[in-house]
Amino acid sequence: MKARWFFTMVIAALIFLAGYAALFVAPDEKTMHAVQRIFYFHLPSWIAMFSALCVVFYANVAYLVTKKRKFDALGVAGVEVGVMCCTIGLITGPLWARPVWGIWWTWDARLTTTFILWILYISYLLLRVLLEDPEKKATLSAIFGIFAFLDVPLVYLSNRLWRTQHPQPVIAGGNGSGLDPLMGKVLLLCVVAVFCVMVLVYIDRYRLELLRNECDELKFEIESRNTQPANLGATSTGRAGS
Amino acid sequence: MTTVRAAGILLGKELRLEFRSRELLSATIIFALVVVVLFSFAFDPTAAESRRYGPGLLWIAFLFAGSLMLNPSFSREQNNETLDALRLAPISPFAILLGKMLANFIFMSVAELILVPVFAVLYNISLAGIVWRLALVLMLGTIGLTVTGTVFSAVSAHARMRELLLPLLLLPILTPLLIASVESTASLFQEQPALDRTWVAFLAGFDIVFLTASWLLSDYLLDE
Repeated sequence: MKARWFFTMVIAALIFLAGYAALFVAPDEKTMHAVQRIFYFHLPSWIAMFSALCVVFYANVAYLVTKKRKFDALGVAGVEVGVMCCTIGLITGPLWARPVWGIWWTWDARLTTTFILWILYISYLLLRVLLEDPEKKATLSAIFGIFAFLDVPLVYLSNRLWRTQHPQPVIAGGNGSGLDPLMGKVLLLCVVAVFCVMVLVYIDRYRLELLRNECDELKFEIESRNTQPANLGATSTGRAGS
Repeated sequence: MTTVRAAGILLGKELRLEFRSRELLSATIIFALVVVVLFSFAFDPTAAESRRYGPGLLWIAFLFAGSLMLNPSFSREQNNETLDALRLAPISPFAILLGKMLANFIFMSVAELILVPVFAVLYNISLAGIVWRLALVLMLGTIGLTVTGTVFSAVSAHARMRELLLPLLLLPILTPLLIASVESTASLFQEQPALDRTWVAFLAGFDIVFLTASWLLSDYLLDE
């Protein structure tokens, strides 16, 4: 408990430091000026989102193979955190695009891909709400999660072939790309800070889900104890094997 | 019993069931027709414009119709609890899925066979000379639609509000398919029709990815 308190404080300090560095330390961009500074939170939120969703894919596969409830919890926690990071990215993007491109939104490859990704994972959460049986909920949402994850590269590829307008990758994006060294350092700090926040939220959400599962199981046990006092052992095992 | 044979028997069962009532197929065709007609009211297409918007419209109609048609595929089994009986049979779960996929593919193809000529008449598009190439595009697109749609029909069959849920799950997944089918259909509706190989290859890739995924996941999907 003490360690968690400590880590939370460290990460909170880190994200404030990152915010300060992005606003006051990083050099001014030549053409875009202050509005470019949103990039220090835009890119890190995508990195955090993709990391979270990769964990979700792993958790979905692991759940189907092992049928352990903890992987289901890992999956749903990751989707919620991923959707949160995705929402941050989808909000910061248009805020930047409006002054720079002159439009809020365009149907470019990356924008479309992330928008579809966002919808897909919201449908994942919706599917979980609408499925009642806990076993079915875990299995079917894991299957849907795998399909959604497989779909993302296809969405990207199809839009890439179709049309693209998003700035090319600034880092390692071929000729003329590259960042000012100080910008690079600030960006790295922001990536680390946002990533840590994501991990912290992820772990907390995962614990919450485990507690919720435990709570549901206890409730179920109490109910079955009230209705069938003689048949206690059979009901508690009967549920796990259904 | 081999998977293919079992799937064939199940396909026969699905077809018999449908051609006794014909309710699913007729509802699908009429729904897609309504969509196409409503679009023509909204856009008032002339020949040049219909070349531009026609493919998108046609595929939107197919996707909407498909997402409605695929719903009963598993929920019908759910209502009568016949899926349990199927699972008790000594066949692989993929055979059940495959039988349904094939049946849905046939239903969707029949609907398209009727809709495409009607669409061509209403939107002034000449089909002469592109029939086989268009058939290839339609086939690849329909495979993708029915493969993912059948799997998601099995997913949503257990949920509340499943009629609403299936399009919500299915349509976002199908965006790459929609783009590829629309683009390849559009290149066929040009003055000089040409088959866009990149998009056709993309469609084939989409079908292969999701067919493989549903084969691998069918065990878990139909697990009771």
